[in-house]
Amino acid sequence: MKTIKKLYILLLFAAFSLHAQQTPAPKQSGDITLTGGIAHIGNGEVIQNSLIFITDGKIIGVYDATMTKRPLKGEIIKIDGQHVYPGFIAPDTTLGLVEISAVRATEDQDEIGEYNPHIEAIIAYNAESKVVESMRPNGVLIAQSVPQGGTISGESSVVQLDAWNWEDAAVKRGDGIHLNWPNSFRRGRWWLGEDAGYSPNKDYASDITDLKDFIVQSRAYESGDSSIKNLPFAAMQDVLDGTQNLYIHVDSEKEILDVLKFKKEMNLEKVVLVGAYRAYKVADQIAKADVPVILARVHSLPEAEDDDYDISFKMVKTLVDAGVTVALGNSGEYWQSRNIPFYAGQTTAHGLSFEDALQLITKNAATILGVGDKLGTLEAGKDATLFISTGNALEMMGNNITHAFINGRSISLESHQTELWKRYMEKYERTE
Amino acid sequence: MNKKLFLTGWLLFMFCLVSAQEYFPVNDGVKTINTNYTFFKNATLHPSPGETIKDGSLLIKDGKIVSVGKSVKAPKNAVVIDLQDKHIYPSFVEMYSTFGVEVPKRQGGGRSPQYEPTRDGYYWNDHIRAETNALNDFKYDNKAAEDLLKAGFGVVSSHKADGLARGNGILVALNSDGNTAERLIDTRSAQFFSFDKCNLSQQSYPGSIMGATALIRQVFVDADWYAKGNVDTRDLSLEALNANMDLPQIFVGNGLYDDLRIASLSKETGVPFTIVGGGDEYKRIDEVKATQASYIIPVNFQDAYDVEDPYQADYVSLSQMLEWNQEPTNPAKLQDAGLKFAITTNDLKSPDELFPMLRKAFKYGLKEETALKALTTIPAELLGKSDVLGALKQGAWANLLITSGNIFDEESIVYENWVQGSQNIIKDASVIDIDGSYTLNVSGKSYEMTISKSTEKPSVTVKNGDTKLGSKIGYTDGWLNVMFTGIDSDTKEYTRIITQVSATTPWSGKAILPDGKETSFTATKKADSETEEKKNENDDKEETSPVVIPLTYPNVAYGYDKKPEAKTILFKNATVWTNEEAGILEETDVLVKNGKIAKVGKDLSAGGAMTVDATGKHLTSGIIDEHSHIAAFSINESGQNSSAEVRMKDAVNPDDIDIYRDLAGGVTTIQLLHGSANPIGGQSAVMKLKWGSSIEEMVLDEAKFIKFALGENVKQSNWGSYSRFPQTRMGVQQMFTDYFQRAREYQNRKNSGKPFRKDYEMETLSEILNAERFITSHSYVQSEINMLMKVADSFDFRINTFTHILEGYKVADKMAEHGVAGSTFSDWWAYKYEVNDAIPYNAAIMWSQGVLTGINSDDAEMSRRLNQEAAKTMKYGGVPEEEAWKFVTLNPAKMLHIENRTGSIKEGKDADLVLWSTYPMSVSAVAEKTLVEGVVYFDIEKDKELKQEIAEKKNKLTTMMLGAKNKGLKTQPAKKDEKQRLDCDTLETLN
Repeated sequence: MKTIKKLYILLLFAAFSLHAQQTPAPKQSGDITLTGGIAHIGNGEVIQNSLIFITDGKIIGVYDATMTKRPLKGEIIKIDGQHVYPGFIAPDTTLGLVEISAVRATEDQDEIGEYNPHIEAIIAYNAESKVVESMRPNGVLIAQSVPQGGTISGESSVVQLDAWNWEDAAVKRGDGIHLNWPNSFRRGRWWLGEDAGYSPNKDYASDITDLKDFIVQSRAYESGDSSIKNLPFAAMQDVLDGTQNLYIHVDSEKEILDVLKFKKEMNLEKVVLVGAYRAYKVADQIAKADVPVILARVHSLPEAEDDDYDISFKMVKTLVDAGVTVALGNSGEYWQSRNIPFYAGQTTAHGLSFEDALQLITKNAATILGVGDKLGTLEAGKDATLFISTGNALEMMGNNITHAFINGRSISLESHQTELWKRYMEKYERTE
Repeated sequence: MNKKLFLTGWLLFMFCLVSAQEYFPVNDGVKTINTNYTFFKNATLHPSPGETIKDGSLLIKDGKIVSVGKSVKAPKNAVVIDLQDKHIYPSFVEMYSTFGVEVPKRQGGGRSPQYEPTRDGYYWNDHIRAETNALNDFKYDNKAAEDLLKAGFGVVSSHKADGLARGNGILVALNSDGNTAERLIDTRSAQFFSFDKCNLSQQSYPGSIMGATALIRQVFVDADWYAKGNVDTRDLSLEALNANMDLPQIFVGNGLYDDLRIASLSKETGVPFTIVGGGDEYKRIDEVKATQASYIIPVNFQDAYDVEDPYQADYVSLSQMLEWNQEPTNPAKLQDAGLKFAITTNDLKSPDELFPMLRKAFKYGLKEETALKALTTIPAELLGKSDVLGALKQGAWANLLITSGNIFDEESIVYENWVQGSQNIIKDASVIDIDGSYTLNVSGKSYEMTISKSTEKPSVTVKNGDTKLGSKIGYTDGWLNVMFTGIDSDTKEYTRIITQVSATTPWSGKAILPDGKETSFTATKKADSETEEKKNENDDKEETSPVVIPLTYPNVAYGYDKKPEAKTILFKNATVWTNEEAGILEETDVLVKNGKIAKVGKDLSAGGAMTVDATGKHLTSGIIDEHSHIAAFSINESGQNSSAEVRMKDAVNPDDIDIYRDLAGGVTTIQLLHGSANPIGGQSAVMKLKWGSSIEEMVLDEAKFIKFALGENVKQSNWGSYSRFPQTRMGVQQMFTDYFQRAREYQNRKNSGKPFRKDYEMETLSEILNAERFITSHSYVQSEINMLMKVADSFDFRINTFTHILEGYKVADKMAEHGVAGSTFSDWWAYKYEVNDAIPYNAAIMWSQGVLTGINSDDAEMSRRLNQEAAKTMKYGGVPEEEAWKFVTLNPAKMLHIENRTGSIKEGKDADLVLWSTYPMSVSAVAEKTLVEGVVYFDIEKDKELKQEIAEKKNKLTTMMLGAKNKGLKTQPAKKDEKQRLDCDTLETLN
């Protein structure tokens, strides 16, 4: 109880330090035990009355309190009836790369050039972004920051959202390279005198050939003269040797099948489909190829007039049922990424249980991003990156976060926004 | 054969007709005046549609018809043409054309928009070019004339297709042998209008369909004001417009909704426009019929899509496919609706497509007589020229078609098109058809020669035994020459034959052998069996009676077979969110009757009502989105800093699929707002989402609102435009002050009883001053919010609603005091500088300070899950559930002044209801039924059926399209209709 009071004072203090970003929390100093919470493990399991031990930034044990008599250690946080979740993970964002999208000076997500595997998002990642801190009060503690544009946009990184600088933020620097697959059907290039509507892309096949050529060249480069460096080819090596993901942003049915073929032909081990609007139509092939999927924002309109109005909500279940590992993405957005819990929640109206839905933004996301060993579930040995909510965190009205930890560090849940809220509520409470 | 005779005889005669005017001096010979008549006899005459005279005669002189009938006698000085077995029709009249009048090229604009006109002495808007006289740019186009003549036209009304007011057109006879003095039937044929801007000026207003509509409306009142002598200066555009009012008024639209828009302009201006339609009138033929206007319609039916590649075919929507399938019914639908219409070839790739297109339309129910009228008497009538055009009658121009039979018959041949008594040969009746196979004997060798398409584009094959030889044919003026190689077709050894042909073989003539020796040859025709076969093949290509997919309401995916109707429905045992004092009622029944909520209570008896078991479900009033941009063709009229005169109702697209998607998210009413590109935007259309109904049925005319905007958008911060006032928030305030001051002065003048110039912009602003119309203002930062309230205070009115209002929380006390509502986003921010301090607690704070608060979308995606956005206010700031729910229902109803009829579940109110699967603000909730005024417009079970139907229809249409391709008909590549998503910031360009 004492700690809660302490926290409260800390929060109050924070409320008056306006216009500065939240200060990153210090390293975990002593053991922490969470008692009585409903633990949503992230793998589909729930422990109604849980006991969670946190030491040195790690979860060292998660137990059913009714089944164990382990002694409580260190600081004890009683959270009877509240919910504990692994920190939510937001893949496919531009968090930290954009602050105000209408102000060009604040944009760093899109470098010029077509083949940019050597461009690294983490370099521009702004750990002190006001947008980044606004994620945390919703339980979003981890994100993938992704460069945009071109054919190969560059390299993304997985970041934790309470950091002093980009090095500090990186949970996994360079988790993968992002490729925008060509479209077989594209909007007319009106500036070349073509009709502005969508029509078949005559260059589609040659676009793919160019991509293949780039892969082949990159492979050949590996065994060549390393004294003369080719930065783009060099940047492809981890993808080629199967230690790094190749995220292929692709939407249409034919293109997805072409990607699967490309993966096979080019002998690429770790390919992830991103966006994947029509993946539900070829779910079995995707599952068979053992390729995971990061979907576009669940809160998206159907692409075509004739599509089911709820297609974006329900495609998730189709893919899950087919055995595809699915995570929910953010379509390269930034401030909206705090709504990812509700994207997951939305799928519960379309066939998934809340625990299934939770996996889409925890375990599955961590697995796909290559941080499954550290993040994504409440299990012993993993990072103590988790939070406590008074209600169901996938519901707007339940998502009310009282504590959040990143690597055991008890982070601030304040933000520029909560501070303004408090400041103006105080203004109206004054009776002068 | 007499055919041959009459041709050669007549070519000579032609010369005599081309004569100079009588008062012109002659220096190249003697003065010749031809007083001869031309007499056509033994013809089947079709003087006007539906009228036939067998064995009739027609007498013409000096380009005009002297007499027509059975008992016409040839004067002695008549040249007689015997038209035994032939027919005479009046030549067609093309009343909508740009023949010979070039459309100017678009001018390259500067980087910054141009707000001012480039001309003086004319109307203030460059796109009003009523002073244009098509004659000034007219140049007779022989090539185009030839195409039109071939398609049967004798006269065209041409105009300069550039601008909103396009000035007067001209009426020209396609008398290619004549000169302008003869051809020009009328220098003023009609006055033309359109919604498209002119290419000659970059002036930015109007930049939208509602702006173009508003401008036309204003132009007519200004012209009237000018005509009454109230203007001291000259305005050559308005003068011309007034002077042209004695002409037919033709308004060029671009499809169904332009038709309706033009018809409503007709009503408002009192000008009976003839409407150039888009060919899609069939989609809402009842509404088109109600216009009772005359139409000019295209028959440019599109080719089937190439759907062979199923992946590409996926991009083609049901509505695109339906258009292909249904549009050939358009002429028949107009006919059956009893509407008067002319047919134009203006939108055809070439006029020679006219007959094939018409024959297609006949299969879909168009009557030949209607088509003939639409090409002759009706255009003549609409041009006010019935006395001289469109019929074979005394005094009319001698514009006539000579055909082999019924003009629309595929087998029929149009031989000649006489215009102003001048002959044009379309197909030389004297050319002998020599198609067939011949045995050719040249110097002891025998060949097989096969000729085809001899009357059009002759081709030949020559065989020696089974070996095909290289060969070439020439066939003109009755002479045939053929050249062919030896067996080894690579050797350059040619045999040439030449002869005059006759209808019967053998022919004999000269042959020149490879060695240069001259000899003779004979050719004897074989039996005609082969050609017969070909004909049969052609017959197979004919479509059997066409299958037309029935129309739906609306005629796109998810449309209903029948227009849904209000039913008596009893919801049993629902959790009812009343939004009234009663709060949330458990296990309660709601009876819907005659479109209203008839009763709310326990254990209501069903009577004859359809009962819906709502146990475990929640029934709420429908969601109202205070800020929406769906269902619109255009959002911003950004051409000026104020566009108070524009009406979003003029831009409503009732077929937008987002209406259905909104219904599926429980939305029953939206305010379709103008965008935020200028400080004073346009008038809203508050709409009930009655999917499949007409615009009139959806829009609530009594809800009178207007969009205002503040901040970055109106000062054009985020796109490089530096020339329009205001560029700062300081300027915005002064602009409002100026406009309201002028509106007050306008009103004073109007009330004084003195004459005043009606100004639609000022009328609208006056309504605001008089609390008859209400402002919804786009707003972000506190300074500007405060400012607008102060401006309103100084003019003694109240701002109704601030929308977006993301810093409303900073001035919530002031807002409460002013009495303005706040309709905000649940959690949007960071997308531009002025939303830096936007916080998701905004709604909660405003509400806590007594501001009438709502959550809106401004986004087609979010609009359909506003139930969840309301729930966010419970998270951010702890708003109680009932209040949170009112943020998307009752409160926006109050903001829109429609709370007396919607927004809560109360007996007597409209039955705008949603049945939710569970707690309505849960992420798991789905709308199962959405009712507007008692009509179920969305039903989750019906939705499944509709999806099935869409799949079936698409499959059927795909099969039909594959069939078309298989038959060898032309196809067009698959394409996807691009739907532009509109939001506040969308800037459209209108040509």
